Amino acid sequence: MIVRSRTFKGGVHVPHFKESTESRPIKSTRLPSTVVVSLHQHTGAPCEPLVRVGDQVKVGQKIGDSQAALTAPVHSPVSGKVVKIGPYLMSGGVERPAITIESDGLQEVADTVRPYGSLENLTRQDLINLIREAGIVGLGGAAFPTYFKLTPPPGKKFDTLIINGSECEPYLTADQRIMMERPEDAVLGARILMKATGVKQAFIAIEDSKPEAIAAMEKAVSKAKGIQVVPLMAKYPQGAEKQLIKVLLGREVPSGGLPVDVGAVVSNVGTAVAVANTLKTGMPLIERVVTVTGRPLKEPSNLLVKIGTKVSDLVNECGGFVREPAKVIVGGPMMGIAQFTLDIPVTKGVSGILFLDADETSLEEPGPCVRCGKCVENCPMRLLPLFISQYADAGRFDDAAAYGALDCIECGTCSFVCPSRRHLVQSIRLAKAEIVARRRKK
Amino acid sequence: MSVNQFIVSSSPHIRSPISTAVIMRDVIFALLPASFAGVYFFGTHALAVIVTGVATAVISEAIIEKLTHRPVTVGDFSAAVTGLLLALTLPPDLPLWIVAVGAIVAIGLGKQVFGGLGHNPFNPALIGRAVLLASWPVAMTTWRWPITEAPWFGQDFDVLTSATPLAAMKLSGVKTPYLPLFFGSVAGSIGETSAVAILLGAAFLLLRGHITWRIPGFYILTVAILSILFGQDPVFHILAGGLLLGAFFMATDYVSTPVTPLGQAIFGIGCGVLTVLIRLYGGYPEGVCYSILIMDAATALIDRFTRPRRFGEVKHSA
Ligand code: SF4
Ligand code: SF4
Repeated sequence: MIVRSRTFKGGVHVPHFKESTESRPIKSTRLPSTVVVSLHQHTGAPCEPLVRVGDQVKVGQKIGDSQAALTAPVHSPVSGKVVKIGPYLMSGGVERPAITIESDGLQEVADTVRPYGSLENLTRQDLINLIREAGIVGLGGAAFPTYFKLTPPPGKKFDTLIINGSECEPYLTADQRIMMERPEDAVLGARILMKATGVKQAFIAIEDSKPEAIAAMEKAVSKAKGIQVVPLMAKYPQGAEKQLIKVLLGREVPSGGLPVDVGAVVSNVGTAVAVANTLKTGMPLIERVVTVTGRPLKEPSNLLVKIGTKVSDLVNECGGFVREPAKVIVGGPMMGIAQFTLDIPVTKGVSGILFLDADETSLEEPGPCVRCGKCVENCPMRLLPLFISQYADAGRFDDAAAYGALDCIECGTCSFVCPSRRHLVQSIRLAKAEIVARRRKK
Repeated sequence: MSVNQFIVSSSPHIRSPISTAVIMRDVIFALLPASFAGVYFFGTHALAVIVTGVATAVISEAIIEKLTHRPVTVGDFSAAVTGLLLALTLPPDLPLWIVAVGAIVAIGLGKQVFGGLGHNPFNPALIGRAVLLASWPVAMTTWRWPITEAPWFGQDFDVLTSATPLAAMKLSGVKTPYLPLFFGSVAGSIGETSAVAILLGAAFLLLRGHITWRIPGFYILTVAILSILFGQDPVFHILAGGLLLGAFFMATDYVSTPVTPLGQAIFGIGCGVLTVLIRLYGGYPEGVCYSILIMDAATALIDRFTRPRRFGEVKHSA
């Protein structure tokens, strides 16, 4: 397969803001005194609790699971006592069922946690099972259950695995650090995912603004067969699944379709490392790397965080605030979600916590669309954001749909470039929700 | 840390620093070389025309918005751009009161009646110019030699009138050489004569990413190709008259031109065809102003029928 081009059409060069954390090694956090483990931290059906209030749990013990097709179990990241099971306020102000565990500080490991042995001895189905049992979901932010992605629907086949290490969101450096510090595990993860999907070829895509990560990964893949590191132009949204596939394979995922429709499966590099970790140690997904950053923090850091740790605890790990934060964002500045409170726990899909101060938080009122065409020029899905949002604002959802509202990947590029500060993605997102709701009714 | 002190708004949480005001300010910067060239060649009255155009446009926008109880938006510099563009398309000796009328018309009729910035279907500056041309045709077509050239004649050069290169070509078949056309030492509108000054400003806008090459590129290319087909000198037609100013600064007006890439190409080609036809067969020697206004009228239609193929969109055979 020939790598035809190193970037896609559209997109925008956003400022990176990665300087404050990209050279900081991943730091393990202190054991939190309590963790709040959401029973619904993935795309799909929520888990049922497998423990009761008062139960003792150990590290890696499965505490929630479901029979539903699209789900991922959750495990205790600490040893200690279950003190509460019930709804808890999560990212974005939504309440989710969650299990609160008080740590006993001993970190006793559950006896179900045992290494799985070597990759050679495991079948494709073994691997898919172990990935499911480990509760692994996409760690890039989408939190889609990984095992589900690995099984192609009947009649379809994968031929290429893409490991996404592009990390195009400004400020975030978790994946970059992972590739610099654990390149061997990333490659092992890629090999596992290749075997689990039955593909012979894999690409590891990294933006060319991260030369150290590229060098580390290139060294690590030198012995692996069929895996190739591909530097890509640093441009937002380079890490978007459809754009990656287009860049690397020259194939366009059809509108309304999935990567598997063009034979591709895309997995975040952090996910690959999590898979490798589970194979080697048997430990399910109970922690992840989170970039906690922004001007208000004393020491912006890349932290290895136990799932369920509260954001307020992470602020302490970063030395607290040196200036007043005006905005808290879970995720990156382009697609992340602003929060009301620091009292929310980290879930599997949280790749970053970003604090902005008042100066960085623009609250400019939108002006009229001047039809500059910048949103059109830069939309990576080649949509006409100005018209979709105008239709959405006017309640003309059929027109919004006809103009491709459902193809919008909500990357935020259009709003970013709009000189009139119009809320384009916001209204397109509303239109999408409305269109989907109406289609369901029919 | 109290709970409700954080700002909660929708992503993206960072915005490009390029605001509408920044773009308009840059357009003004980009027009400065052409403005300086105009003042250099035509003297202080040209400067007075420019100042009058800009000031009247800004003041009338503010007054109209005040009278209609809308927020005053002169801070976005778009009125200043309109006034400046209008002035640059006017003859250097035009009486200042006519300039002022033109600016009021441009803002009032060209922009504010439609609801202000973003809503005008036509380029406001060109509306102003078109109305002036219809109302004061003589004053609007009275040209003179640049002051830098006239002294040879040993007369009071201020009153010397001259045909523009296009008029000279059309009426008597006299072709002005390239070099004066390029530098601007020819009779013409204040900001239209110096190709080099316009190109300098255009390069700045292209580099800043405020305009793309599509509309001006297709416009100029079309004029060149058609000139050749009609047995004319393409270089002359590109350098003479208001083509360059029109192509880079009027036909790229955001509000009144298409936003789709294909639409922009069609728009440029349309302008080019109309310009050549008007120049060769129309009643005026110059066709840039009208060709752009005519294409402006087609913009909504063009946008509707030139939707790009969406990413992953499967082509339906019709
Ligand atoms: S319309 Fe959607 S896909 Fe296009 S730039 Fe805007 S957010 Fe991104
Ligand atoms: S970027 Fe903003 S102002 Fe420009 S066309 Fe799009 S919506 Fe209109």
